[in-house]
Amino acid sequence: MQKKAKIALVLAAMMVSGVAVAEESLIEALVTPLRQKEVRSVDNKKYKEECGSCHFAYQPGLLPAKSWARLLDEKALTDHFGENAELDRDVLSDIRQYALDNAADKSYWKRARKIAVATEGVEPAPLRITEVRYIKRKHQDIPEKMIKGNKDVKSLSYCDACHTQANKGVFEADTVQIPNYPDWDD
Amino acid sequence: MKKIITLFCVAGLMAAPAAFATPASDALLAKYKSEGVTRIDAEKAKKDWSKEVKDEDGEMMSCSICHGKDLSKSGQHHKTKKVIEPMSPKVNPERFTDEKKIEKWFKRNCKDVWGRECTAQEKADFLTFLLAQ
Repeated sequence: MQKKAKIALVLAAMMVSGVAVAEESLIEALVTPLRQKEVRSVDNKKYKEECGSCHFAYQPGLLPAKSWARLLDEKALTDHFGENAELDRDVLSDIRQYALDNAADKSYWKRARKIAVATEGVEPAPLRITEVRYIKRKHQDIPEKMIKGNKDVKSLSYCDACHTQANKGVFEADTVQIPNYPDWDD
Repeated sequence: MKKIITLFCVAGLMAAPAAFATPASDALLAKYKSEGVTRIDAEKAKKDWSKEVKDEDGEMMSCSICHGKDLSKSGQHHKTKKVIEPMSPKVNPERFTDEKKIEKWFKRNCKDVWGRECTAQEKADFLTFLLAQ
């Protein structure tokens, strides 16, 4: 084999193994180029259904496991930010496990990693994604009139009001459209 | 031929009440009856639907605050603003097809709106009222 071809082969192998280490599935990583950058999209039907019937189904990678453990608790769900969100024991156990397994600190996705780092050592664990230091910092320069004062947004909690690809787990700035403020980026 | 006609008749019988009942709603109504319900009052449920009760935060709550009064139209969650699909099974055939789901939402929503679970009587009334929408 020629030297050049050998080097190319070694490089290719390194790239493949690198991806394979960072991601659970190489094929998935190749077909979703944003996979490594963002947060893993929700791929659990029950989770999507149960959480998503009342609000945006926040990806588990948006909070660390210790937060999900506090939130997805039988007693805690009887007062879930002022609402009763009780679940049958078997359903709760499934979605809790899914959230814990895919939490920010268990994920290799870059944005999830940042959230994991930002919440490390934070006690008690945040219950709101909007309390996470990293999330706060990312939104701190947006004037209040565009969020709270914006009738089509109202709060930072409505991720998908501005993040047009939030349901895919994509939150990068290019995908943001703030209602009533088409030139927000200027 | 006779067989086919019989089949058609059976199918017709089954299809006719389909808009107003589902296997899930039948099973639940039977369960409520077994829990002591003898007379169903859909008119009471209609009034209760819009009855406003003060919740823990001092906010006035009712079924209609989120679901609306015209049940053929979609509603909106009072806090998250998430769209709630119409309650009317005529408009939304997915409604009342899952026993567990019906009980889950009765439990949550009765507690949220009235601060307690609904009785079998109240659930039977509501379910009958909703099926007729």
